[in-house]
Amino acid sequence: MKLPYAVSLGPGSSTADLTGSWRTERPVYQTLVAPCGNACPAGEDVRTWLYLAESGGAGYEAAWREIMETNPFPAITGRVCYHPCETACNRGNLDEAVGINSVERFLGDQALAEGWEVRVRVPATGRRVLVIGSGPAGLSAAYHLALRGHAVTVRESAPAPGGMMRYGIPRYRLPREVLDAEVDRVLALGVTLELDSPVTDLEAARAEGWDAVFLAVGAQLGRRTYLPAASAAKVIDAVSMLHDLEEGERPLLGRRVAVYGGGNTALDAARTAKRLGASDAVVVYRRTRERMPAHDDEVAQAEQEGVEFHWLSTIERVEPDGLLIEQMELDESGFPQPTGRTERLAADSLLLALGQDTDLSLIGPDSGCRVTDGSVETDHAFATGLPGVFAGGDVVAGERSVTVAIGHGRRVAQSIDAWLAGEPAPRPAAPDLAPYEALNTWYFEDAARTHRPLLERARRSSTFDEVVHGLDADTALFEARRCLSCGSCFSCDNCYALCPDNAVLKIGPPGEYEIDLDYCKGCGICVEECPAGAIRMDPEEI
Amino acid sequence: MTTTLYQIGTFAAGNRLLDPALRAVQSSTERGNAITSGHRACRGCGEALAARVVLDAASRATGGRMVTVNATGCLEVFSTPYPESAWQVPWLHSLFGNAAAVASGVAAALRATGRDDVRVVAQAGDGGTVDIGLGCLSGMFERNDDVLFVCYDNQGYMNTGVQRSGATPPAASTATTRAVGPSVGNPFGTGKSLPLIAMAHEIPYVATATVADLHDLEAKVVTAMSLHGARYLHVLVPCPLGWGSASAETIRVARLAVQSGLFPVFEARDGAVTATTAIRAQVPVEDYLRPQTRFDHLFRGDGRPDVVAALQERADRNIARFGLLEESEETP
Repeated sequence: MKLPYAVSLGPGSSTADLTGSWRTERPVYQTLVAPCGNACPAGEDVRTWLYLAESGGAGYEAAWREIMETNPFPAITGRVCYHPCETACNRGNLDEAVGINSVERFLGDQALAEGWEVRVRVPATGRRVLVIGSGPAGLSAAYHLALRGHAVTVRESAPAPGGMMRYGIPRYRLPREVLDAEVDRVLALGVTLELDSPVTDLEAARAEGWDAVFLAVGAQLGRRTYLPAASAAKVIDAVSMLHDLEEGERPLLGRRVAVYGGGNTALDAARTAKRLGASDAVVVYRRTRERMPAHDDEVAQAEQEGVEFHWLSTIERVEPDGLLIEQMELDESGFPQPTGRTERLAADSLLLALGQDTDLSLIGPDSGCRVTDGSVETDHAFATGLPGVFAGGDVVAGERSVTVAIGHGRRVAQSIDAWLAGEPAPRPAAPDLAPYEALNTWYFEDAARTHRPLLERARRSSTFDEVVHGLDADTALFEARRCLSCGSCFSCDNCYALCPDNAVLKIGPPGEYEIDLDYCKGCGICVEECPAGAIRMDPEEI
Repeated sequence: MTTTLYQIGTFAAGNRLLDPALRAVQSSTERGNAITSGHRACRGCGEALAARVVLDAASRATGGRMVTVNATGCLEVFSTPYPESAWQVPWLHSLFGNAAAVASGVAAALRATGRDDVRVVAQAGDGGTVDIGLGCLSGMFERNDDVLFVCYDNQGYMNTGVQRSGATPPAASTATTRAVGPSVGNPFGTGKSLPLIAMAHEIPYVATATVADLHDLEAKVVTAMSLHGARYLHVLVPCPLGWGSASAETIRVARLAVQSGLFPVFEARDGAVTATTAIRAQVPVEDYLRPQTRFDHLFRGDGRPDVVAALQERADRNIARFGLLEESEETP
């Protein structure tokens, strides 16, 4: 280069000096698994759809489509899921978890309002799959199988589809128009639904010539317990009560209703009793509130509605005008022990919410499909001992919830798809999680969580109107943008802006960077200042 | 939708959701890269980064019509070892102590030739500013010459072997203030604050900043370039070599200096403080001292809690003096 007079060094001539040779470690961009998605029983990639939703506008549909990759029911789970994603959310360490569930509901409702649809984009395979039960597990499997081009028939014993989503969860938590709309969207993929068609013999059903069968009959039987009871006593199991109510039968519960149990069904029963006109709804539970399996939000809402609680109590005897209750105390290991002290509780009826059992009478004796402790035995891929027969949802052992069942349905669909192709079922890899410590939280704006508004209390004692309202567009967007994007670049440009050596290059659309190894000295500032923990240092081979 | 709704506000350099006008100059592929790759600064050098941020912002503010005068010091040594230069702006090397005088001369020459569209920026390390160059600088200030003088303060003579300067903080161990025997390192009661000295000249603009806040640093450069007369910008730039901090922690250490109150960030006009940057997440000085081996002796063995307490007192005095825990009226 010919330099002008008195200029001794060419501009930028330092680039001849490749300072990258100083390096002992190199920065590497990485994408880790976020704890939210890792905790999602339905297998949603939560971080990805929050990222899409953060743009607002057209981003909402993209976000919804991302959810639909795994979960066909975002408007339902946006209402009834107990959101383990939020429990796992790293933002909980900073201020309060991102309101993932409320954003999901917003997206689900947006889809229903806008009429967004999914389509089968592969040719029909000609394979036929029978799904027994139209609950969340069955319908989720039907959805994913249909999207893979298989012909699916769902057989349901009840007159309407949805399983526990319809016959277990009260309307004030899940309005039926939402349930119907999301179920219809699955059926619109060409899934055949046969209602009022109980399957009573698995072998006979198999013999109809299906290529695969998914057993997803759920756990519909209310568990009973032996209680000495006077003949006039009115003892009903809560599951049947909720089921009958859905079929239009208004149970006669009287003015004072007691509920026995501490799970979510107990609270559903008590809150339903209140809405049916009971002046007193009392939950009797043998342990303390802290040990109650019911979800905190549900307990809080029940308390707001005037449901009362008798903690550390068991029922000794049911008498015509009430209950004889024995007080308990927790021993050192936290188990309730009887104290011998009793009291009377006036009650016109008693609802039992002591858990649910599966009705597996369709599985004959000596079947290859084995049942242990009331649950169907399956392998990691949800396959039973009978070739081509899979089981999931409440009929297999483990946690029971709508979202768990949806996740089972999706994984069963994968397994069936693999089975039909003659391939082994996929085994999910152990996730490489993004821990809170990997984040640089300095860069995140202080942003307090927005909570969903609740229906006013007066209307919660007399109607089955939905209790929890949705977020409006502005607050949903705000909540989505509270996401810390754990373990995934969100194109903040810190690495590019803070490199003292200009050794980070922006090579394309937002979020695409490359380290210029000719000049990167390996200082690690980009790693330290990455808000999302999306860069790591790897040692150089020297 | 206001910007406070964005995922990270304006704390990071940019964001795909942020209006481009609100992103840092440094997040743009259009930035000038006044100092480019291949310079020989140590890894994690705060000064190399700060020089690029300052000159890129000044270039943008002046449309590239700008002359830079550079005192001898780390910045000059590592950027221009013969026969290479890392500079991509018109750049002049002066002696260690006369950058301000040379810049004054450049400004006078431009004025004499009628080139009043070309602006002058002078830059130096803390040695060339607070010690060796102070006479020339004070003259530049009192004549109100049309120059922005930028001091990259790494608190010592680093490329000559980490000797103490007038900007070295008390209790820091340097080659000339070793913490041996009863010594606590650099003695308390020495040193000076050049921003306050500059303010005493009642020049149009004095500001402090750090490499930990690009938006703030760039905004101050833009403000300075919008004014005429003598202007002074004092930028704290951690030095992994001289401070004994990890190269990856350069930005973090600068942030801790601000959040502890040891380095007050403010602006002053005509001799009076007009704005301060509030501490966002206050930390005890110990959080700032511990990552730096130059303060190791305060924590070895029984440590010197009395010295740490004295440094905390300095931070508390800054916090009271500049109102660092009060919400600044200028923050949106």
